[in-house]
Amino acid sequence: MDFSLNEFQSMLDDSVEKFVSNEYDFETRQANAASDIGYGSATWQTFCELGWTAMPFAEADGGLDGGPLETMILMQQFGRGLVVEPYLANIILAGGVLRRLATAEQKTRWLQPIIEGQMQAALAFAEPQNRYEFGEITTTAVAAGDGWVLNGKKSVVLNGGNADVLIIPAGGDGMCLFAISADSPGIRRQDYQTVDGSRAADITLENVAVGADALLGKVGDGRATLEAVIDDAILAVAAEAVGIMRALTTKTVEYSKNRVQFGVPIGSFQALQHRMVDMLTASEQSYSLLLWATMANADKTDEAKRAINAIKYQVSTAGTYVGQEAVQLHGGMGMSWEFDVGHYFKRLSVIAQIFGNADWHLDRLAK
Amino acid sequence: MPIEPEDQINYQKALFDKGWAAYNWPVEYGGTGWSLVQKYIFQTEMANADMPIFIPFGVGMVGPIIYSFGSDEQKQRFLPDILESNVWWCQGYSEPGSGSDLASLKTRADRDGDAYVVNGSKIWTTLAQFADWIFCLVRTSSDVARRQEGISFLLIDMQTPGVSVKPIITIDGSHEVNEVYFENVRVPAENLIGEEGKGWTYGKVLLQHERTGTAGVAYTKYRLRKLRAQAQQSVRGAVPLSEDHNFMRKIAAVEVELKALEYTELRTLAAVSSGKAPGAESSILKFKGTELQQAVDALYMEAAGYYALPYVPEQYVLGFPEDDRIGEGVETDASPRYFNYRKASIYGGSNEIQKNIIAKHVLGL
Repeated sequence: MDFSLNEFQSMLDDSVEKFVSNEYDFETRQANAASDIGYGSATWQTFCELGWTAMPFAEADGGLDGGPLETMILMQQFGRGLVVEPYLANIILAGGVLRRLATAEQKTRWLQPIIEGQMQAALAFAEPQNRYEFGEITTTAVAAGDGWVLNGKKSVVLNGGNADVLIIPAGGDGMCLFAISADSPGIRRQDYQTVDGSRAADITLENVAVGADALLGKVGDGRATLEAVIDDAILAVAAEAVGIMRALTTKTVEYSKNRVQFGVPIGSFQALQHRMVDMLTASEQSYSLLLWATMANADKTDEAKRAINAIKYQVSTAGTYVGQEAVQLHGGMGMSWEFDVGHYFKRLSVIAQIFGNADWHLDRLAK
Repeated sequence: MPIEPEDQINYQKALFDKGWAAYNWPVEYGGTGWSLVQKYIFQTEMANADMPIFIPFGVGMVGPIIYSFGSDEQKQRFLPDILESNVWWCQGYSEPGSGSDLASLKTRADRDGDAYVVNGSKIWTTLAQFADWIFCLVRTSSDVARRQEGISFLLIDMQTPGVSVKPIITIDGSHEVNEVYFENVRVPAENLIGEEGKGWTYGKVLLQHERTGTAGVAYTKYRLRKLRAQAQQSVRGAVPLSEDHNFMRKIAAVEVELKALEYTELRTLAAVSSGKAPGAESSILKFKGTELQQAVDALYMEAAGYYALPYVPEQYVLGFPEDDRIGEGVETDASPRYFNYRKASIYGGSNEIQKNIIAKHVLGL
């Protein structure tokens, strides 16, 4: 098989690699995360200028026609640099819905400003009661006049507090997806920080009246689209997790070479060497599975769906393992806020749970 | 989680009024004189009632050192205030360059007339920001055959000129630990415990205490019961976790391991009660105890699902009105606790060090 990158992919990989190495050190990341919006607005503008926010969209929509492989390249580097900017929320989740369902008018209104960085977006896929069953929603959409009235609650909406546009699944069995302005009357948002340094919001919709043009696609299109978008998101965070695991393995090995106890570097202890070999193995096995899963989905093979479950199971378990080991082998330093390792671990811990945890995906593979 | 020092002191004083502050001390110093089994029952009942922890550095740690190795003057001077929680103590052991290899510590105490002059720094010092006094392992001599022999046990008033405290924030965002600096700090020689150069021996006794104290079986059992109870409920209208077979199997598996550890602890107790010294079991207790503690924390995290994500430090301290609360029940502090307690396999001699001790002293390797 040929795993080499084509020219476009190599250039993309180089450009993100350079950005992370030269312009996005840990201090920058922490400063961006600590701001009111939880990311760097200047950094986000850079992403727009470099074309990264246009990556997965069709050329006709002002995009670069990238597919799962391009997203994988980008997200792996984002993982390596522990990038906190809301690429997942804007481009993969909200953007993923819009590119699939939006009309030309809707794209002009919502998608263009997202690509250009003039608007922030969020997809409210989780509800208080549905845990990982995103298809099972209780938010209602009732036809009223020309439009709709929405009622319900949405949980832990990534980037929800920053969003100018919210994508809201509503309507149960005949699920619809609506694109609505976040300042519509009847919307209450509780915005908060998340443990990985980013931001989310709990959102209540109370008699939110929207026009007919808020509906994306047709009535009943929601469920399949939501599932496809979540699959994309799983591939994206899996790539990010691989980037993080590889970074943590490298950092731990480096630390073990420099940290001297009992008169020798701790990396000279066989008991610790074997554990770092296990970390490496977990990271590289995850990368291998990521390649398979991403290609299966790029090529839409029969295995595509199983590959989604498999890679999410893999990064949930391997990510937790590598994260915990990295902290343990760094000792107190791994516990320190001032040091990057603990923050990588926290992001892996979040990735382990979002879009279904290890058990949830393993159950689907076992059926 | 976060701690208000006044509340903590009032709580400890309330226990003192009950006669329970120094439940582990002999009667002559104001303790209960309880047998090991009575102490065990007390600890278990405290955990069952979800009582806050008693900060261990005074009553649990330096107190026993003082009444075991200190002079009569030191006993009279320090023990009553420890007993009544009038003085907050912290522990100065680890240093930036001396973690698992504690005996390599470099903080110096040089004799100058009737005082020691202390220079160096201690790290990961828990709650030093509230402490009035610190007990330290310091190096009084480098000219010794074994580096352990140059270490002494010194009590230092935190108000002494030259002592400064710098906070270290941990990954859960809390301020529990600190770095403590000593710059030409003059400490009266009368604050030396026991003999110069014997500090390591005294400190080791203390670590033994710390290691048995950290098994936390009773509290881990309590937390598991709480999790099981919440799993039966429908949180926010969700399907109860008890219907998730995978999750309940994990709870059951931890319960089995915990039961085993409880009986390991009881075996230790039985041995010590019949006059034998605690040995290898105490190291097993520490590393197994922290592993299970962390396993339960991970289950809380898992139970929280999406509500493991919010990081809302205010609500752990103040509590939010119901309408504004983010997450419910076990969810509200699941992830900060999970992140914070990754420390448990690191402090008090990392789990790797515990295994080294067992390999050496039990297996004879």
